Amino acid sequence: MSQLMIADRVPREELMTSGHVACPGCAAPIAMRMVLKALGPKTIVVMPASCWSIIAGPWPQSSLKVPLYHAAFETGAATASGVRAALDMQGDTETTVLVWAGDGGTFDIGLQALSGAAERNENILYCCYDNEAYMNTGIQRSSATPWGAATSTTPAVQPQSTHKKDILAILAAHRIPYAATATVAHPVDLLEKVTKARAIRGTRFLHILAPCPPGWKFEDDETIELARMAVRAGVFPLVEVEHGEHWRFTAEGAREPVGPYLRKQGRFRHLGEEQVRQIQAEVDRRWNAMRRRVESSESDEDGSLAEGG
Amino acid sequence: MVGNHAVSWGASLSRAEVISAYPITPQTQVVEQLSEMCADGRLNARFIKVESEHSAMAACIGASAAGARAFTATSSQGLALMHELLHWASLGRLPIVMADINRALAPGWNIWTDQNDTLAQRDTGWIQLYCETNQEVLDTTIQAFKLAEAVDLPVMLVLDAFYLSHTAEPVDIPDPEMVDVYLPRREPRYRLDVNEPRAFGALVRPDSYMEMRWHQQSAMDRARAEFEHIDREWENLFCRRYGAVESYRTEGADLLLVTSGTITSTARFVIDRRRARGEAVGLVKMKMFRPFPADTLRTLLSGVERVAVLDRNLSPGRSGIFAEEIRAALYDVDPEERPALYGYVVGLGGRDVTPGTIDDIIDRTRGAAAPTREDVWVGLNL
Ligand SMILES: Cc1ncc(C[n+]2csc(CCOP(=O)(O)OP(=O)(O)O)c2C)c(N)n1
Ligand code: SF4
Ligand SMILES: [Mg+2]
Repeated sequence: MSQLMIADRVPREELMTSGHVACPGCAAPIAMRMVLKALGPKTIVVMPASCWSIIAGPWPQSSLKVPLYHAAFETGAATASGVRAALDMQGDTETTVLVWAGDGGTFDIGLQALSGAAERNENILYCCYDNEAYMNTGIQRSSATPWGAATSTTPAVQPQSTHKKDILAILAAHRIPYAATATVAHPVDLLEKVTKARAIRGTRFLHILAPCPPGWKFEDDETIELARMAVRAGVFPLVEVEHGEHWRFTAEGAREPVGPYLRKQGRFRHLGEEQVRQIQAEVDRRWNAMRRRVESSESDEDGSLAEGG
Repeated sequence: MVGNHAVSWGASLSRAEVISAYPITPQTQVVEQLSEMCADGRLNARFIKVESEHSAMAACIGASAAGARAFTATSSQGLALMHELLHWASLGRLPIVMADINRALAPGWNIWTDQNDTLAQRDTGWIQLYCETNQEVLDTTIQAFKLAEAVDLPVMLVLDAFYLSHTAEPVDIPDPEMVDVYLPRREPRYRLDVNEPRAFGALVRPDSYMEMRWHQQSAMDRARAEFEHIDREWENLFCRRYGAVESYRTEGADLLLVTSGTITSTARFVIDRRRARGEAVGLVKMKMFRPFPADTLRTLLSGVERVAVLDRNLSPGRSGIFAEEIRAALYDVDPEERPALYGYVVGLGGRDVTPGTIDDIIDRTRGAAAPTREDVWVGLNL
């Protein structure tokens, strides 16, 4: 798609101001800017502790032109449930309540509140911008950190020893109406997903890969490239799932090997060929599992079509 | 009506708009009755049935920040679980009201009354009001919203497990229309509003954080006077008044008891009996613990020979918490006028505090040459 065509499809209104205080090359503000463009001004943001607590600006400033509630680290989904209830009582069913949380606030400390809200099918949109570690506190591991990555609590001599938690499957298991992955390198896909999510009632979940130059240790002009490589390597497939059952790839194409993606990042520098092969095997395993989900959704749909006919 | 139902009636008459709570003995009836009221339409509110007390308080925070009147109730472990968010509610200046049914903390599991759950949250910036009867519980729930919304601080109303929560007493249910006059709809000064976007709770640097805390403290100071005002207004409409501190038969007394919660009712009985025998004893009931009514206590206790404070709580390594705070409040009283203060730890984990216990305390206080360094534990079987 040409640049012009993309620009045509991106709403012009800016709900995020310049002058935010993220590091150069940070994907997190790019993601916020795009998501808010798709949601529009009738949005209230609930933001648990994360890099974004800083990016949003210190009191009395704000880099957002929509209402913003800074929430305790583990309470994103629960705080948003309360905001939603209050709006409903005021007769405002139109405003989107958006949770904007990091991977730590989502995969780890906020998972209980998120599971509770998803189980209740709260009418909120939950976005997790995933930079694969606790960046705000200095790059400590989270359960979103990939196997083999060095962080400040999993040093290169003893790197992350567990595989990334499959958060999308966890949310899908709650059978929420909509869950999807997205990245900052695929703006049209991201916008379409947010637009789709906005129109749905109930809990909607968006998992956005957000490369972090100081955390992943890459040059700050390579953010978009890395997000794109993550998708192409199958590390981060672009998918969506409705009601926990109907899985769909939203971008496909030839799979590329994972090595070049890893080699671009200092957090994987210590890995030898054997470990890269291990990562490749895990990526393949997950990719195949995802493909099976998608295929079985397709055959289910064919089946129900046949029954209907 | 049992105390738990007095709480839910209070919340319902206050027209709470968002309720979020998680069950725990002895609070469960509050949640059950409120969810029934929401389900059958008697109360027009959203009830969020969260997965923990932690999320209950978070949901109240979100709802209150968005302008709703928010209510929750809990006990013991549930209150302890909320701790971080109690600070959030207060510094966020959100007028949330919560009932806590005083229950002991584990281990071992103990569901009976004990004030340590609420007193452990003393420094979170919540107004704390301890109740003696179920009528007081119902009335205080409504008053709590008025107070909270007047000073933008959350209010915790406190009642004893079982002695109030599960004990039926006659309770007058105030006329809903009159309650509406007393407590109109909440009009928040600021809220999450897409027409007036603001950020709440952003990073505050050392150059302005202290001012925020000062505002919190001055709101607490205002709450002291504001409570008297809303209590009098309540009396004008409903002919009942409690006071932040109540003095009972204190005239001419050389010995005063200081109590809170249901121990007060037992103490009233003992005082009446001793007064009938001509003994000059009286009682001071503390309803308000935060803000601490130090001035009133100084006035009431100055010049009295002996004061016995009954604490159904303990700050381990120090003493009973009410006794310690009252000692500190009396420090700047003229030494000639300053009473000798005797602290007693009683009734922990729901152990009965009977008229006999209180008689024993009065006798010990009269018989003592001077207060001991440590509080005396009464009713201990070692
Ligand atoms: C209860 C609690 N524990 C710890 C912290 C400290 N803390 C603030 S942000 C953060 C990490 C956030 O990680 P993530 O959610 O991944 O967001 P990121 O900073 O990476 O964008 C931590 C540990 C906190 N604020 N609250
Ligand atoms: S540490 Fe990473 S996620 Fe945080 S602001 Fe910097 S680049 Fe963005
Ligand atoms: Mg992170």
